[in-house]
Amino acid sequence: MNAIETKQLTKFYGSARGIENLDLSVEQGDFFGFIGPNGAGKSTTIRTLLGLISPTGGSASVLGLDIRREKPQLLSRVGYLPSEITFYPGMKVSQVLRLSARLRNKNCDREAAELCSRLQLDVSRRVEDLSLGNRKKVGIVCALQHSPELLILDEATSGLDPLMQREFFEILQERNREGTTVFLSSHVLSEIQHNCSRAAIIRGGKIVASGAVSELADSGARRVQLRGQLDLTGLTGIRGLSQAGDSMSFLYSGDLPALLGRLAQGKVQDLTIAEPDLEEIFLHYYESEADEK
Amino acid sequence: MTILNHELRMGRKTLAIWTAAIGGFIACCVFLFPEMAGQMKTVSNIFASMGAFTAAFGMDRLNFGTLTGFYAIECGNILGIGGALFASMLASNMLCKEEKEHTAEFLLTHPVTRMRVVTEKLASLLVQTVIMNAVVFLLAIASVAAIGYEIPWKELALLHGANLLVQLELEAICFGISAFLRRGGLGIGMGLTICFYFLNLIANLSKQAKFLKYITPFGYAEGADLLSDGRLNPEYLAVGMCFAAVGIVAAFWQYGKKDIH
Repeated sequence: MNAIETKQLTKFYGSARGIENLDLSVEQGDFFGFIGPNGAGKSTTIRTLLGLISPTGGSASVLGLDIRREKPQLLSRVGYLPSEITFYPGMKVSQVLRLSARLRNKNCDREAAELCSRLQLDVSRRVEDLSLGNRKKVGIVCALQHSPELLILDEATSGLDPLMQREFFEILQERNREGTTVFLSSHVLSEIQHNCSRAAIIRGGKIVASGAVSELADSGARRVQLRGQLDLTGLTGIRGLSQAGDSMSFLYSGDLPALLGRLAQGKVQDLTIAEPDLEEIFLHYYESEADEK
Repeated sequence: MTILNHELRMGRKTLAIWTAAIGGFIACCVFLFPEMAGQMKTVSNIFASMGAFTAAFGMDRLNFGTLTGFYAIECGNILGIGGALFASMLASNMLCKEEKEHTAEFLLTHPVTRMRVVTEKLASLLVQTVIMNAVVFLLAIASVAAIGYEIPWKELALLHGANLLVQLELEAICFGISAFLRRGGLGIGMGLTICFYFLNLIANLSKQAKFLKYITPFGYAEGADLLSDGRLNPEYLAVGMCFAAVGIVAAFWQYGKKDIH
Protein backbone atom coordinates (compact mmCIF):
# COMPACT_ATOMS: atom_id res chain seq x y z
CA MET A 1 0.00 0.00 0.00
CA ASN A 2 1.29 3.44 -0.95
CA ALA A 3 1.11 6.36 1.45
CA ILE A 4 -0.16 8.58 -1.37
CA GLU A 5 -1.58 7.33 -4.65
CA THR A 6 -3.24 9.54 -7.23
CA LYS A 7 -4.67 8.36 -10.54
CA GLN A 8 -5.49 10.90 -13.22
CA LEU A 9 -6.24 13.38 -10.44
CA THR A 10 -7.61 16.57 -11.94
CA LYS A 11 -8.72 19.89 -10.49
CA PHE A 12 -9.98 22.81 -12.53
CA TYR A 13 -11.00 26.12 -10.96
CA GLY A 14 -13.67 27.02 -13.49
CA SER A 15 -11.67 27.03 -16.70
CA ALA A 16 -8.33 27.54 -14.95
CA ARG A 17 -6.13 24.48 -14.62
CA GLY A 18 -4.98 23.46 -11.15
CA ILE A 19 -3.72 19.93 -11.79
CA GLU A 20 -4.48 17.69 -14.74
CA ASN A 21 -4.34 13.89 -14.92
CA LEU A 22 -1.80 13.81 -12.12
CA ASP A 23 -0.35 10.39 -11.37
CA LEU A 24 1.71 10.31 -8.22
CA SER A 25 2.71 7.54 -5.89
CA VAL A 26 4.57 7.90 -2.63
CA GLU A 27 5.58 4.69 -0.89
CA GLN A 28 5.14 4.23 2.84
CA GLY A 29 8.29 5.19 4.70
CA ASP A 30 9.50 7.49 1.91
CA PHE A 31 11.01 10.89 2.52
CA PHE A 32 9.50 12.33 -0.63
CA GLY A 33 10.22 15.70 -2.22
CA PHE A 34 7.64 17.54 -4.31
CA ILE A 35 9.19 20.25 -6.45
CA GLY A 36 7.63 22.86 -8.67
CA PRO A 37 7.46 26.62 -9.17
CA ASN A 38 4.55 28.86 -8.21
CA GLY A 39 1.35 27.89 -9.99
CA ALA A 40 2.62 24.44 -10.97
CA GLY A 41 -0.07 22.73 -8.88
CA LYS A 42 1.79 21.76 -5.69
CA SER A 43 -0.67 23.39 -3.29
CA THR A 44 -3.66 22.24 -5.36
CA THR A 45 -2.38 18.67 -5.10
CA ILE A 46 -1.91 18.94 -1.34
CA ARG A 47 -5.26 20.67 -0.75
CA THR A 48 -7.02 18.03 -2.83
CA LEU A 49 -5.36 15.20 -0.90
CA LEU A 50 -6.46 16.80 2.38
CA GLY A 51 -10.04 17.31 1.21
CA LEU A 52 -9.99 21.10 1.35
CA ILE A 53 -10.96 21.16 -2.32
CA SER A 54 -12.79 18.54 -4.35
CA PRO A 55 -11.17 17.02 -7.42
CA THR A 56 -12.96 17.48 -10.72
CA GLY A 57 -11.69 14.14 -11.95
CA GLY A 58 -9.60 11.10 -11.14
CA SER A 59 -9.09 9.46 -7.78
CA ALA A 60 -6.68 9.55 -4.89
CA SER A 61 -6.01 7.66 -1.72
CA VAL A 62 -3.93 8.53 1.30
CA LEU A 63 -2.73 5.67 3.52
CA GLY A 64 -5.11 3.45 1.57
CA LEU A 65 -8.11 5.66 2.41
CA ASP A 66 -10.19 7.37 -0.27
CA ILE A 67 -9.82 11.15 -0.05
CA ARG A 68 -13.55 11.75 -0.56
CA ARG A 69 -15.24 8.97 1.37
CA GLU A 70 -12.85 8.43 4.28
CA LYS A 71 -11.61 11.94 4.97
CA PRO A 72 -11.87 12.06 8.78
CA GLN A 73 -10.12 8.69 9.19
CA LEU A 74 -7.46 9.85 6.77
CA LEU A 75 -6.91 13.20 8.49
CA SER A 76 -6.57 11.54 11.90
CA ARG A 77 -3.45 9.78 10.58
CA VAL A 78 -1.95 12.76 8.76
CA GLY A 79 -0.05 15.80 10.02
CA TYR A 80 -0.13 18.89 7.82
CA LEU A 81 2.00 22.01 7.88
CA PRO A 82 0.75 24.71 5.48
CA SER A 83 3.11 27.20 3.87
CA GLU A 84 1.35 30.14 5.52
CA ILE A 85 -0.26 29.33 8.81
CA THR A 86 -2.78 31.45 10.69
CA PHE A 87 -4.22 30.73 14.11
CA TYR A 88 -7.21 32.11 15.98
CA PRO A 89 -6.40 35.54 17.43
CA GLY A 90 -6.33 35.96 21.18
CA MET A 91 -5.15 32.42 21.84
CA LYS A 92 -1.94 31.42 23.55
CA VAL A 93 0.34 28.88 21.92
CA SER A 94 -0.56 26.32 24.60
CA GLN A 95 -4.27 26.83 23.86
CA VAL A 96 -3.73 26.35 20.11
CA LEU A 97 -1.83 23.12 20.75
CA ARG A 98 -4.55 21.87 23.11
CA LEU A 99 -7.27 22.81 20.60
CA SER A 100 -5.47 20.87 17.87
CA ALA A 101 -5.11 17.84 20.17
CA ARG A 102 -8.78 18.00 21.21
CA LEU A 103 -9.88 18.17 17.58
CA ARG A 104 -7.95 14.93 17.18
CA ASN A 105 -9.44 13.56 20.39
CA LYS A 106 -5.95 12.78 21.66
CA ASN A 107 -3.81 13.74 24.61
CA CYS A 108 -0.61 15.02 23.05
CA ASP A 109 0.78 16.90 26.07
CA ARG A 110 3.98 14.86 26.41
CA GLU A 111 4.85 14.94 22.72
CA ALA A 112 3.96 18.65 22.46
CA ALA A 113 6.17 19.52 25.43
CA GLU A 114 9.12 17.67 23.91
CA LEU A 115 8.69 19.31 20.50
CA CYS A 116 8.31 22.79 22.04
CA SER A 117 11.48 22.22 24.02
CA ARG A 118 13.45 21.13 20.95
CA LEU A 119 12.11 24.01 18.85
CA GLN A 120 12.52 26.52 21.72
CA LEU A 121 8.89 27.57 21.52
CA ASP A 122 7.40 29.64 24.35
CA VAL A 123 3.87 28.28 24.85
CA SER A 124 2.76 31.16 27.07
CA ARG A 125 2.83 33.75 24.28
CA ARG A 126 -0.17 34.85 22.24
CA VAL A 127 -0.08 33.65 18.65
CA GLU A 128 -0.63 37.11 17.17
CA ASP A 129 2.51 38.33 18.94
CA LEU A 130 4.70 35.66 17.35
CA SER A 131 7.13 36.17 14.49
CA LEU A 132 6.64 34.23 11.25
CA GLY A 133 9.26 31.71 12.34
CA ASN A 134 7.66 31.12 15.73
CA ARG A 135 4.22 30.77 14.14
CA LYS A 136 5.78 28.16 11.88
CA LYS A 137 7.05 26.34 14.95
CA VAL A 138 3.50 26.24 16.36
CA GLY A 139 2.38 24.75 13.05
CA ILE A 140 5.16 22.17 13.21
CA VAL A 141 4.13 21.08 16.71
CA CYS A 142 0.46 20.88 15.62
CA ALA A 143 1.48 18.73 12.66
CA LEU A 144 3.74 16.41 14.66
CA GLN A 145 2.31 16.18 18.19
CA HIS A 146 -0.15 13.37 17.41
CA SER A 147 2.60 11.22 15.85
CA PRO A 148 1.02 10.91 12.39
CA GLU A 149 1.84 8.15 9.93
CA LEU A 150 2.13 10.67 7.10
CA LEU A 151 3.46 14.21 7.26
CA ILE A 152 2.53 16.63 4.49
CA LEU A 153 4.70 19.73 4.66
CA ASP A 154 4.24 22.69 2.35
CA GLU A 155 7.23 25.05 2.22
CA ALA A 156 8.05 23.84 5.69
CA THR A 157 11.13 25.88 6.48
CA SER A 158 10.09 29.35 5.32
CA GLY A 159 10.64 31.72 8.22
CA LEU A 160 12.81 29.34 10.24
CA ASP A 161 16.38 30.37 10.98
CA PRO A 162 19.16 27.97 9.85
CA LEU A 163 19.62 26.45 13.32
CA MET A 164 15.91 25.76 13.63
CA GLN A 165 15.85 24.36 10.10
CA ARG A 166 18.56 21.92 11.09
CA GLU A 167 16.70 20.90 14.24
CA PHE A 168 13.47 20.56 12.27
CA PHE A 169 15.05 18.27 9.69
CA GLU A 170 16.64 16.22 12.46
CA ILE A 171 13.15 15.70 13.92
CA LEU A 172 11.81 14.77 10.48
CA GLN A 173 14.65 12.31 9.89
CA GLU A 174 14.00 10.71 13.29
CA ARG A 175 10.30 10.39 12.53
CA ASN A 176 11.10 8.98 9.10
CA ARG A 177 13.40 6.37 10.63
CA GLU A 178 10.54 5.41 12.95
CA GLY A 179 8.35 4.77 9.90
CA THR A 180 6.61 8.10 9.25
CA THR A 181 6.24 8.95 5.58
CA VAL A 182 7.29 12.53 4.86
CA PHE A 183 5.92 14.41 1.84
CA LEU A 184 7.87 17.64 1.54
CA SER A 185 6.82 20.30 -0.94
CA SER A 186 9.57 22.84 -1.37
CA HIS A 187 11.19 25.43 -3.58
CA VAL A 188 14.51 24.92 -1.80
CA LEU A 189 16.06 22.20 -3.89
CA SER A 190 19.00 21.65 -1.54
CA GLU A 191 16.45 20.65 1.12
CA ILE A 192 15.08 17.99 -1.20
CA GLN A 193 18.52 16.81 -2.27
CA HIS A 194 19.84 16.56 1.28
CA ASN A 195 16.80 15.00 2.91
CA CYS A 196 14.63 13.18 0.41
CA SER A 197 15.13 9.73 -0.98
CA ARG A 198 12.60 10.18 -3.77
CA ALA A 199 11.07 13.19 -5.47
CA ALA A 200 8.67 14.30 -8.17
CA ILE A 201 8.79 17.43 -10.28
CA ILE A 202 5.46 19.03 -11.16
CA ARG A 203 5.04 21.38 -14.09
CA GLY A 204 1.88 22.81 -15.56
CA GLY A 205 -0.26 20.63 -13.28
CA LYS A 206 1.43 17.38 -14.36
CA ILE A 207 4.25 15.26 -13.00
CA VAL A 208 7.13 15.60 -15.45
CA ALA A 209 9.67 13.49 -13.59
CA SER A 210 9.56 11.20 -10.62
CA GLY A 211 11.96 8.78 -9.00
CA ALA A 212 14.91 8.50 -6.66
CA VAL A 213 16.60 11.84 -6.08
CA SER A 214 19.93 10.30 -7.15
CA GLU A 215 18.33 9.11 -10.42
CA LEU A 216 16.68 12.47 -11.05
CA ALA A 217 19.98 14.22 -10.59
CA ASP A 218 21.60 11.69 -12.91
CA SER A 219 19.82 12.87 -16.03
CA GLY A 220 22.73 12.14 -18.34
CA ALA A 221 23.48 15.84 -18.55
CA ARG A 222 26.85 17.15 -17.41
CA ARG A 223 27.95 20.55 -16.21
CA VAL A 224 30.95 21.58 -18.32
CA GLN A 225 33.19 24.40 -17.10
CA LEU A 226 36.32 25.38 -18.96
CA ARG A 227 38.88 28.11 -19.45
CA GLY A 228 40.24 28.73 -22.94
CA GLN A 229 38.74 28.79 -26.42
CA LEU A 230 36.21 26.33 -27.77
CA ASP A 231 33.99 26.43 -30.84
CA LEU A 232 30.54 25.09 -29.99
CA THR A 233 28.98 25.77 -33.38
CA GLY A 234 26.78 22.90 -34.54
CA LEU A 235 27.02 21.04 -31.23
CA THR A 236 23.53 20.04 -30.00
CA GLY A 237 22.38 19.49 -26.39
CA ILE A 238 23.85 22.65 -24.92
CA ARG A 239 21.82 24.65 -22.40
CA GLY A 240 22.52 27.48 -20.03
CA LEU A 241 25.65 28.66 -21.81
CA SER A 242 27.44 31.44 -19.97
CA GLN A 243 30.69 33.08 -20.96
CA ALA A 244 32.86 35.53 -19.04
CA GLY A 245 36.25 36.46 -20.48
CA ASP A 246 37.94 33.20 -21.45
CA SER A 247 35.74 31.13 -19.07
CA MET A 248 32.77 29.18 -20.31
CA SER A 249 30.11 27.09 -18.57
CA PHE A 250 27.19 25.09 -19.94
CA LEU A 251 24.98 22.08 -19.31
CA TYR A 252 25.58 19.37 -21.90
CA SER A 253 23.18 16.50 -22.67
CA GLY A 254 24.30 15.74 -26.24
CA ASP A 255 26.66 13.17 -27.71
CA LEU A 256 29.73 12.87 -25.44
CA PRO A 257 32.29 11.80 -28.14
CA ALA A 258 31.27 14.83 -30.20
CA LEU A 259 31.98 17.09 -27.23
CA LEU A 260 35.32 15.38 -26.54
CA GLY A 261 36.29 15.84 -30.21
CA ARG A 262 35.59 19.58 -29.98
CA LEU A 263 37.50 19.83 -26.72
CA ALA A 264 40.50 18.17 -28.36
CA GLN A 265 40.36 20.65 -31.27
CA GLY A 266 39.96 23.69 -29.01
CA LYS A 267 42.55 25.51 -26.91
CA VAL A 268 41.39 24.41 -23.49
CA GLN A 269 43.59 25.38 -20.54
CA ASP A 270 41.39 24.07 -17.73
CA LEU A 271 38.39 21.76 -17.74
CA THR A 272 35.82 20.39 -15.26
CA ILE A 273 33.03 18.00 -16.25
CA ALA A 274 30.72 17.18 -13.34
CA GLU A 275 27.23 15.89 -12.58
CA PRO A 276 24.77 18.77 -12.28
CA ASP A 277 23.03 19.23 -8.96
CA LEU A 278 19.25 18.94 -8.54
CA GLU A 279 18.84 22.67 -8.94
CA GLU A 280 20.23 22.49 -12.45
CA ILE A 281 18.01 19.52 -13.28
CA PHE A 282 15.05 21.46 -11.96
CA LEU A 283 15.95 24.46 -14.09
CA HIS A 284 16.32 22.15 -17.08
CA TYR A 285 12.70 21.07 -16.68
CA TYR A 286 11.52 24.64 -16.39
CA GLU A 287 13.58 25.89 -19.24
CA SER A 288 11.88 23.17 -21.28
CA GLU A 289 8.56 24.59 -20.19
CA ALA A 290 9.61 28.08 -21.24
CA ASP A 291 10.77 26.69 -24.59
CA GLU A 292 7.39 25.05 -25.12
CA LYS A 293 5.68 28.36 -24.44
CA MET B 1 -18.13 19.66 21.42
CA THR B 2 -14.61 21.04 20.82
CA ILE B 3 -15.70 23.34 18.00
CA LEU B 4 -18.77 24.48 19.97
CA ASN B 5 -16.64 25.29 23.03
CA HIS B 6 -14.07 27.03 20.85
CA GLU B 7 -16.75 29.18 19.20
CA LEU B 8 -18.22 30.11 22.58
CA ARG B 9 -14.78 31.04 23.85
CA MET B 10 -14.01 33.15 20.77
CA GLY B 11 -17.38 34.90 20.93
CA ARG B 12 -17.62 35.53 24.66
CA LYS B 13 -16.55 39.21 24.58
CA THR B 14 -18.99 40.07 21.79
CA LEU B 15 -21.74 38.21 23.62
CA ALA B 16 -21.00 40.05 26.87
CA ILE B 17 -20.95 43.48 25.19
CA TRP B 18 -24.20 42.98 23.25
CA THR B 19 -25.96 41.40 26.24
CA ALA B 20 -24.90 44.23 28.51
CA ALA B 21 -25.88 46.85 25.95
CA ILE B 22 -29.35 45.44 25.18
CA GLY B 23 -30.09 44.47 28.78
CA GLY B 24 -28.76 47.79 30.06
CA PHE B 25 -30.85 49.89 27.66
CA ILE B 26 -33.99 47.90 28.50
CA ALA B 27 -33.35 48.30 32.23
CA CYS B 28 -32.80 52.06 31.75
CA CYS B 29 -36.11 52.37 29.91
CA VAL B 30 -37.92 50.44 32.64
CA PHE B 31 -36.36 52.68 35.31
CA LEU B 32 -37.63 55.73 33.43
CA PHE B 33 -41.20 54.45 33.38
CA PRO B 34 -42.33 55.48 36.95
CA GLU B 35 -41.13 59.01 36.34
CA MET B 36 -42.92 59.17 33.03
CA ALA B 37 -46.07 57.38 34.20
CA GLY B 38 -47.56 60.60 35.59
CA GLN B 39 -47.21 62.36 32.25
CA MET B 40 -48.31 59.36 30.23
CA LYS B 41 -51.83 60.53 29.49
CA THR B 42 -50.48 63.50 27.56
CA VAL B 43 -47.69 61.47 26.02
CA SER B 44 -50.13 58.75 24.94
CA ASN B 45 -52.36 61.32 23.29
CA ILE B 46 -49.35 62.78 21.44
CA PHE B 47 -48.14 59.37 20.31
CA ALA B 48 -51.67 58.34 19.29
CA SER B 49 -52.04 61.36 17.02
CA MET B 50 -48.93 61.00 14.89
CA GLY B 51 -50.71 59.33 11.99
CA ALA B 52 -48.63 56.91 9.95
CA PHE B 53 -45.76 57.02 12.46
CA THR B 54 -48.16 55.85 15.17
CA ALA B 55 -49.36 52.94 13.05
CA ALA B 56 -45.86 51.99 11.90
CA PHE B 57 -44.76 51.31 15.46
CA GLY B 58 -48.10 49.83 16.55
CA MET B 59 -48.73 52.68 18.97
CA ASP B 60 -52.32 53.02 17.79
CA ARG B 61 -53.11 49.70 19.46
CA LEU B 62 -51.03 50.03 22.61
CA ASN B 63 -51.55 52.13 25.68
CA PHE B 64 -48.30 53.94 26.30
CA GLY B 65 -49.52 54.76 29.78
CA THR B 66 -49.35 51.15 30.97
CA LEU B 67 -46.14 49.31 31.80
CA THR B 68 -46.83 46.59 29.21
CA GLY B 69 -47.69 49.11 26.47
CA PHE B 70 -44.63 51.19 27.28
CA TYR B 71 -42.45 48.07 27.47
CA ALA B 72 -43.74 46.65 24.18
CA ILE B 73 -42.93 49.87 22.30
CA GLU B 74 -39.73 51.08 23.94
CA CYS B 75 -38.08 47.90 25.17
CA GLY B 76 -39.58 45.81 22.35
CA ASN B 77 -37.79 47.95 19.79
CA ILE B 78 -34.49 47.82 21.67
CA LEU B 79 -34.72 44.04 21.97
CA GLY B 80 -36.10 43.67 18.45
CA ILE B 81 -33.46 45.70 16.62
CA GLY B 82 -30.55 45.02 18.98
CA GLY B 83 -31.21 41.31 19.24
CA ALA B 84 -31.76 40.93 15.51
CA LEU B 85 -28.56 42.80 14.64
CA PHE B 86 -26.61 40.70 17.14
CA ALA B 87 -28.06 37.48 15.71
CA SER B 88 -27.44 38.40 12.08
CA MET B 89 -23.94 39.64 12.86
CA LEU B 90 -23.01 36.35 14.53
CA ALA B 91 -24.63 34.12 11.93
CA SER B 92 -23.57 35.91 8.75
CA ASN B 93 -19.91 35.42 9.65
CA MET B 94 -20.14 32.00 11.22
CA LEU B 95 -19.28 29.78 8.25
CA CYS B 96 -17.16 32.19 6.21
CA LYS B 97 -14.99 33.76 8.91
CA GLU B 98 -12.58 30.81 8.86
CA GLU B 99 -11.81 31.50 5.20
CA LYS B 100 -11.73 35.25 5.69
CA GLU B 101 -9.34 34.97 8.63
CA HIS B 102 -7.36 32.11 7.02
CA THR B 103 -8.01 29.65 9.85
CA ALA B 104 -10.06 27.24 7.70
CA GLU B 105 -6.92 25.35 6.70
CA PHE B 106 -6.10 24.78 10.38
CA LEU B 107 -9.59 23.63 11.33
CA LEU B 108 -10.44 21.49 8.31
CA THR B 109 -7.18 19.56 8.18
CA HIS B 110 -8.09 18.03 11.53
CA PRO B 111 -10.24 14.89 11.54
CA VAL B 112 -13.58 16.69 11.67
CA THR B 113 -16.33 16.27 9.09
CA ARG B 114 -17.83 19.35 7.46
CA MET B 115 -21.17 18.17 8.85
CA ARG B 116 -19.75 18.32 12.38
CA VAL B 117 -18.31 21.79 11.79
CA VAL B 118 -21.69 23.10 10.60
CA THR B 119 -23.57 21.36 13.41
CA GLU B 120 -21.33 22.67 16.19
CA LYS B 121 -21.20 26.17 14.75
CA LEU B 122 -24.99 26.19 14.50
CA ALA B 123 -25.19 24.96 18.08
CA SER B 124 -22.87 27.77 19.17
CA LEU B 125 -25.22 30.30 17.57
CA LEU B 126 -28.14 28.78 19.42
CA VAL B 127 -26.32 28.73 22.76
CA GLN B 128 -25.10 32.33 22.45
CA THR B 129 -28.55 33.55 21.44
CA VAL B 130 -30.25 31.72 24.29
CA ILE B 131 -27.70 33.04 26.80
CA MET B 132 -28.14 36.62 25.55
CA ASN B 133 -31.94 36.40 25.68
CA ALA B 134 -32.00 34.67 29.07
CA VAL B 135 -29.77 37.32 30.65
CA VAL B 136 -31.72 40.17 29.02
CA PHE B 137 -35.02 38.61 30.21
CA LEU B 138 -33.69 38.30 33.76
CA LEU B 139 -32.50 41.91 33.67
CA ALA B 140 -35.92 42.99 32.43
CA ILE B 141 -37.69 41.08 35.20
CA ALA B 142 -35.28 42.42 37.80
CA SER B 143 -35.72 46.01 36.61
CA VAL B 144 -39.53 45.75 36.65
CA ALA B 145 -39.33 44.30 40.17
CA ALA B 146 -36.94 47.09 41.16
CA ILE B 147 -39.41 49.85 40.23
CA GLY B 148 -42.04 48.13 42.39
CA TYR B 149 -44.49 47.12 39.67
CA GLU B 150 -46.14 43.74 39.45
CA ILE B 151 -44.26 41.66 36.89
CA PRO B 152 -46.41 41.01 33.78
CA TRP B 153 -44.99 37.51 33.31
CA LYS B 154 -47.16 36.45 30.39
CA GLU B 155 -46.67 39.64 28.35
CA LEU B 156 -42.92 39.79 28.97
CA ALA B 157 -42.49 36.10 28.18
CA LEU B 158 -44.48 36.54 24.96
CA LEU B 159 -42.48 39.60 23.85
CA HIS B 160 -39.11 38.08 24.70
CA GLY B 161 -40.05 34.66 23.32
CA ALA B 162 -41.21 36.16 20.02
CA ASN B 163 -38.00 38.15 19.69
CA LEU B 164 -35.96 35.03 20.42
CA LEU B 165 -37.75 33.34 17.50
CA VAL B 166 -37.04 36.36 15.27
CA GLN B 167 -33.35 36.10 16.13
CA LEU B 168 -33.29 32.36 15.50
CA GLU B 169 -34.95 32.79 12.10
CA LEU B 170 -32.54 35.54 11.10
CA GLU B 171 -29.63 33.44 12.30
CA ALA B 172 -30.74 30.46 10.26
CA ILE B 173 -31.11 32.59 7.10
CA CYS B 174 -27.78 34.39 7.61
CA PHE B 175 -26.08 31.10 8.53
CA GLY B 176 -27.19 29.66 5.19
CA ILE B 177 -25.94 32.75 3.36
CA SER B 178 -22.58 32.61 5.16
CA ALA B 179 -21.92 29.14 3.71
CA PHE B 180 -21.83 30.72 0.24
CA LEU B 181 -19.46 33.56 1.19
CA ARG B 182 -15.69 33.71 1.49
CA ARG B 183 -15.00 37.24 2.63
CA GLY B 184 -17.33 37.77 5.58
CA GLY B 185 -21.00 38.56 5.48
CA LEU B 186 -21.43 41.23 8.14
CA GLY B 187 -22.79 43.81 5.67
CA ILE B 188 -25.19 41.34 4.10
CA GLY B 189 -26.48 40.13 7.47
CA MET B 190 -26.97 43.61 8.91
CA GLY B 191 -28.47 44.89 5.67
CA LEU B 192 -30.93 42.04 5.49
CA THR B 193 -32.00 42.63 9.09
CA ILE B 194 -32.58 46.34 8.52
CA CYS B 195 -34.56 45.52 5.35
CA PHE B 196 -36.76 43.07 7.27
CA TYR B 197 -37.31 45.68 9.99
CA PHE B 198 -38.45 48.32 7.50
CA LEU B 199 -40.65 45.80 5.68
CA ASN B 200 -42.51 45.33 8.95
CA LEU B 201 -42.91 49.10 9.39
CA ILE B 202 -44.31 49.30 5.84
CA ALA B 203 -46.65 46.36 6.56
CA ASN B 204 -47.96 48.25 9.60
CA LEU B 205 -48.70 51.35 7.51
CA SER B 206 -50.91 49.85 4.83
CA LYS B 207 -53.36 46.98 4.62
CA GLN B 208 -52.22 46.38 1.05
CA ALA B 209 -48.70 45.79 2.31
CA LYS B 210 -49.85 43.41 5.04
CA PHE B 211 -48.56 40.44 3.03
CA LEU B 212 -45.02 41.62 3.87
CA LYS B 213 -45.57 40.22 7.35
CA TYR B 214 -45.24 36.77 5.81
CA ILE B 215 -41.75 37.72 4.62
CA THR B 216 -40.29 39.58 7.57
CA PRO B 217 -39.69 37.82 10.87
CA PHE B 218 -40.55 41.05 12.67
CA GLY B 219 -44.12 40.41 11.50
CA TYR B 220 -44.83 37.87 14.21
CA ALA B 221 -42.97 39.80 16.93
CA GLU B 222 -45.02 42.99 16.68
CA GLY B 223 -45.64 44.09 20.27
CA ALA B 224 -49.11 45.49 19.53
CA ASP B 225 -50.26 42.20 17.95
CA LEU B 226 -48.72 40.08 20.69
CA LEU B 227 -50.35 42.02 23.53
CA SER B 228 -53.75 42.33 21.85
CA ASP B 229 -53.90 38.71 20.58
CA GLY B 230 -52.05 37.16 23.51
CA ARG B 231 -50.18 34.88 21.06
CA LEU B 232 -47.90 34.82 18.02
CA ASN B 233 -49.53 34.78 14.62
CA PRO B 234 -49.15 31.09 13.66
CA GLU B 235 -49.21 31.75 9.91
CA TYR B 236 -46.40 34.30 9.97
CA LEU B 237 -44.45 32.08 12.35
CA ALA B 238 -44.88 28.98 10.18
CA VAL B 239 -43.63 30.79 7.07
CA GLY B 240 -40.72 32.20 9.09
CA MET B 241 -39.72 28.79 10.36
CA CYS B 242 -39.80 27.50 6.78
CA PHE B 243 -37.33 30.25 5.81
CA ALA B 244 -35.18 29.20 8.76
CA ALA B 245 -35.27 25.56 7.70
CA VAL B 246 -34.23 26.52 4.15
CA GLY B 247 -31.30 28.52 5.58
CA ILE B 248 -30.08 25.61 7.68
CA VAL B 249 -30.44 23.04 4.89
CA ALA B 250 -28.60 25.41 2.52
CA ALA B 251 -25.77 25.77 5.05
CA PHE B 252 -25.26 22.00 5.36
CA TRP B 253 -25.59 21.45 1.61
CA GLN B 254 -23.23 24.22 0.51
CA TYR B 255 -20.58 23.95 3.23
CA GLY B 256 -20.40 20.19 2.72
CA LYS B 257 -19.25 20.58 -0.87
CA LYS B 258 -17.55 23.97 -1.07
CA ASP B 259 -13.89 24.34 -1.90
CA ILE B 260 -11.95 25.97 0.91
CA HIS B 261 -9.44 28.55 -0.26
